[in-house]
Amino acid sequence: MKKLLLAFTAAALAASVSMPASAQEKTKACFVYIGSKTDGGYSQAHDLGRQQVDKELGDKVETVFVENVPEGPDAQRAIERLARSGCAIIFATSFGFMDQTVAAAAKFPDVKFEHGTGYKTAENLGVYNARFYEGRYIQGQIAAKMSKTGVAGYIASFPIPEVVMGINAFTLGAQSVNPDFKIKVVWANTWFDAAKEADAAKVLVDQGVDIITQHTDSTAPMQVAAERNIHAFGQASDMIKAGPETQLTAIVDTWGTYYVKRVKAVLDGTWKTDNTWDGMAEGILEMAPYTNMPDDVKTMAEDTEAKIKSGELKPFTGPVKKQDGSEWLKEGETADDATLAGMNFYVQGVDDKLPQ
Amino acid sequence: MLIAESILLTIATAATPLLLAAIGELVVERSGVLNLGVEGMMVMGAVCGFGAAAMTGSPWIGMMAAILAGVLFSLLFGFLTLTIATNQVATGLSLTLLGLGLSSMIGEAFVGSPGVKLPTLANGIAEIPLVGQPVAGLFNWLAGIPLIGRVLFEQDPIFYISIALVIGVTCFLFHTRAGLVLRSVGDNHASAHALGTNVIGIRYLAVMFGGACAGLAGGHLSLVYTPQWVENMSAGRGWIALALVVFASWRPLRLLAGAYLFGAVSIGQLHAQALGLGIPSQLLSSLPYLATVLVLVLISRNRRLTMMNTPASLGQPFVPDR
Amino acid sequence: MRFELVKRPQHSKLFSALSPFIALVLTVICGALIFAALGKSPVDGLYYYFVEPLLEVWSLHELAIKAAPLILIAVGLSVCFLSNNWNIGAEGQFVAGAIAGSILPVMFPDFQNAFVLPLMLLMGIAGGAAYGAIPALLKTRFGTNEILTSLMLVYVAQNFLDWLTRGPWRDPAGNNFPLTRRFHADAVLPELFPSSGSAHWGIVFALVAAVAAWFMISRTIKGFEVRVLGESPRAGRFAGFSAKRMVFFAFLLSGGLAGLAGISEVAGAIGYLQPVISPGYGFTAIIVAFLGRLNPLGIVAAGLVLGLTYLGGEAAQISMGLSDKVARVFQGMLLFFVLGCDTLIHYRIRLVRDALTAKRS
Repeated sequence: MKKLLLAFTAAALAASVSMPASAQEKTKACFVYIGSKTDGGYSQAHDLGRQQVDKELGDKVETVFVENVPEGPDAQRAIERLARSGCAIIFATSFGFMDQTVAAAAKFPDVKFEHGTGYKTAENLGVYNARFYEGRYIQGQIAAKMSKTGVAGYIASFPIPEVVMGINAFTLGAQSVNPDFKIKVVWANTWFDAAKEADAAKVLVDQGVDIITQHTDSTAPMQVAAERNIHAFGQASDMIKAGPETQLTAIVDTWGTYYVKRVKAVLDGTWKTDNTWDGMAEGILEMAPYTNMPDDVKTMAEDTEAKIKSGELKPFTGPVKKQDGSEWLKEGETADDATLAGMNFYVQGVDDKLPQ
Repeated sequence: MLIAESILLTIATAATPLLLAAIGELVVERSGVLNLGVEGMMVMGAVCGFGAAAMTGSPWIGMMAAILAGVLFSLLFGFLTLTIATNQVATGLSLTLLGLGLSSMIGEAFVGSPGVKLPTLANGIAEIPLVGQPVAGLFNWLAGIPLIGRVLFEQDPIFYISIALVIGVTCFLFHTRAGLVLRSVGDNHASAHALGTNVIGIRYLAVMFGGACAGLAGGHLSLVYTPQWVENMSAGRGWIALALVVFASWRPLRLLAGAYLFGAVSIGQLHAQALGLGIPSQLLSSLPYLATVLVLVLISRNRRLTMMNTPASLGQPFVPDR
Repeated sequence: MRFELVKRPQHSKLFSALSPFIALVLTVICGALIFAALGKSPVDGLYYYFVEPLLEVWSLHELAIKAAPLILIAVGLSVCFLSNNWNIGAEGQFVAGAIAGSILPVMFPDFQNAFVLPLMLLMGIAGGAAYGAIPALLKTRFGTNEILTSLMLVYVAQNFLDWLTRGPWRDPAGNNFPLTRRFHADAVLPELFPSSGSAHWGIVFALVAAVAAWFMISRTIKGFEVRVLGESPRAGRFAGFSAKRMVFFAFLLSGGLAGLAGISEVAGAIGYLQPVISPGYGFTAIIVAFLGRLNPLGIVAAGLVLGLTYLGGEAAQISMGLSDKVARVFQGMLLFFVLGCDTLIHYRIRLVRDALTAKRS
């Protein structure tokens, strides 16, 4: 016991002495996650981005993160502690951190803030988001080509604009191939409850869908699809491991590209507030390899991807009708970002009533 | 496959972990101990089961590990509440807190690892030399019975274990001497002690059984239901199990009905959504809980029956006087 | 060889005072072991965990914000638990109070004057109490087990709030995100010392409630009634106390305080309603109540200690890169040690070598 204690004291001393030695002139880039950095979904995708910053700028930058931060006063405290601990730039990665980030930005004018998926900016507060709907449009096209029943199942999390936008883009993509294509939506009311997502997938299959796509985080729907021998799309990361013969493609969040760019800007002193809504062209999301589909479908998908990247194709382009049959976009008209960012209606062809 | 058949299967899968965790807790509570740490033991079972299966490649070893993890974790609870007589409610809640933290810590290494799924009973039996093939063949033939065939004969072993446990616990509690002793400990520990019963020893055994069942339920989640590890993957099912025990007024057969009812309501609400009925999903998500309250009220109106089944010493620490 | 507990004739004053410190020492030792096992310096770890958050004034404010709802709820629960009523649905009453209290600023945003805030607080208390009255009514009318009903109602309240913030109460100018409109200036619970940090009046409510509850329990007839009915309903009946009325009293009180905590949190720290407003305060408060040994003054200390572990967890993450999971394990461990050491107040621990002699003695 004594020896053990001695060893501890020694270790403690050694560590406390070595602490200042490792002290750095490095710039601190900090991240706040709503979930755990190993949640296998949203927060993990952001953490991979952080790791990319470490890898590419590691000699000049030190990254710090706080995980499992609930929205509200806890977020405010975590952000303030980061700001006080010498962070040069703080990425608040969840929509729910908005007001806390805005307050912190006002309080710490020398620190740069970036708020993911938000819409409030300030001198030292930028916002960023990714046009995930671009990927969903491609998925819709693939689904319409691959489905025999003409119905796809959509496992959705919560009826926020981001998710509604995805459902609509998927529907429009599918209708561009098969105008009669139908979408069945199930709201799981959770981001990560593997078992519930699996239940939702089973229910959808029982009701006759033969393609599943999801806007929840776990690989459970992919596993169910594999068991039932139908196809599915991955979400947030490449889920091919969960369904080697099932996954058609996946939308992969690649926040790292953006994070590296912005941290570099801080290093160079060129950082300016911005309202960034990047898409596939800028590399903030990628499509996982197109697998388990015939060549003609693959060619079509690649073709669409190229057109979206070049700006030739915009998923929300008229004529588009709302679910109730009223006109939303006229022939050739494209939706503006403000409407998209606040989307709260379905387009025609979605077999669901949007929760209000 | 018939839709009805498939729905039944889905309900059975959803109900099994609830039933398992609840039947364990039922025995614990019958012995007079209230363990609110079911969620914690369950999630520990899930992570240890998944980890062991991922490392060895064998889902059977994974299941063993899940049970073992549940038992070890329940012993922690047992030591605190039984040996040093801490408050059961607070200790159980702390156990859940610790379990959720510890499991995420252990599980960090397994996030995103491909899962191993436990085979169905028939496929498992088929691997036994000599007798395996014919028995499995019989199962597969029986699975062809319309409607109920697949639900009864094409399931994972844990499903059968859960049903066997319900029957076993019923027999044990109400038709054996040991069961009588266990109930007497739960009803009046002082007089049981006076009659020479080892109250603490029996409660330890009950708590360990509860841990084993909760661990198994966790293993079912990470090796059968959704063969993967996700943090907090029990997602409140331990709490539902606790609710089911009271819902069933501490009767195993009612527990069976309750677990399947709960499973049916939660699957039913998803079907209602997929049909596009347009009912607010929050209302549908609340339905199982409202249903539980309602049924509970209906059941407990017959107060004499309820009182008869409620373990009178529930939640009270026991320290033998001498 | 095994342990054996021997009941003390009366509570040990010595161990009442010593037990928290023993628990702390044990936690520090185990914490040091964990930190060392993870290759982190134990000294730094404990420093960031327990000391650093207390060194700066703004951080003390944050501690008050975190501890206030825990203390408020736990004080109410202590009365509940002392009277043998098992309300574990404070989380739902917290949400119900927040919703009821938010009716004015959300539905009548033009109603702006000095009365708004007091009315909101009263409505919050009423909302929480009304929601707490449901399990009380079911228990007294039908004999329904209150542990279960109060727990089930938590999920119902959470779903209801979710529906409100995504549907009818969603801010019309908020880009359809699931938030209500921000509370106007008259509806915000003011900060105590805006110059030094953001603590609001919630902590004052918590402290007042704690002192009042302490006085009620230890110095009044009502408190005597609570304890008598809690320890022996039969004795209570002989003394002429009504167990039914006590059920309502306990649930209304604890529900009301949880509701006050809910509206204080929303009006003070958040400033609007969102689908999730509590990271489990109602459940954590149960642990706080027991850590404080169901004594309102002890609960104040327990709430502060538990609040500190949250702050410390963050500080350790930021300064040492220690995972949040370690912080949570650490927290669980601390709770176990505190609970375990409190045994010493009521019992002596004796090591017995021979089981037989023990039985005979």
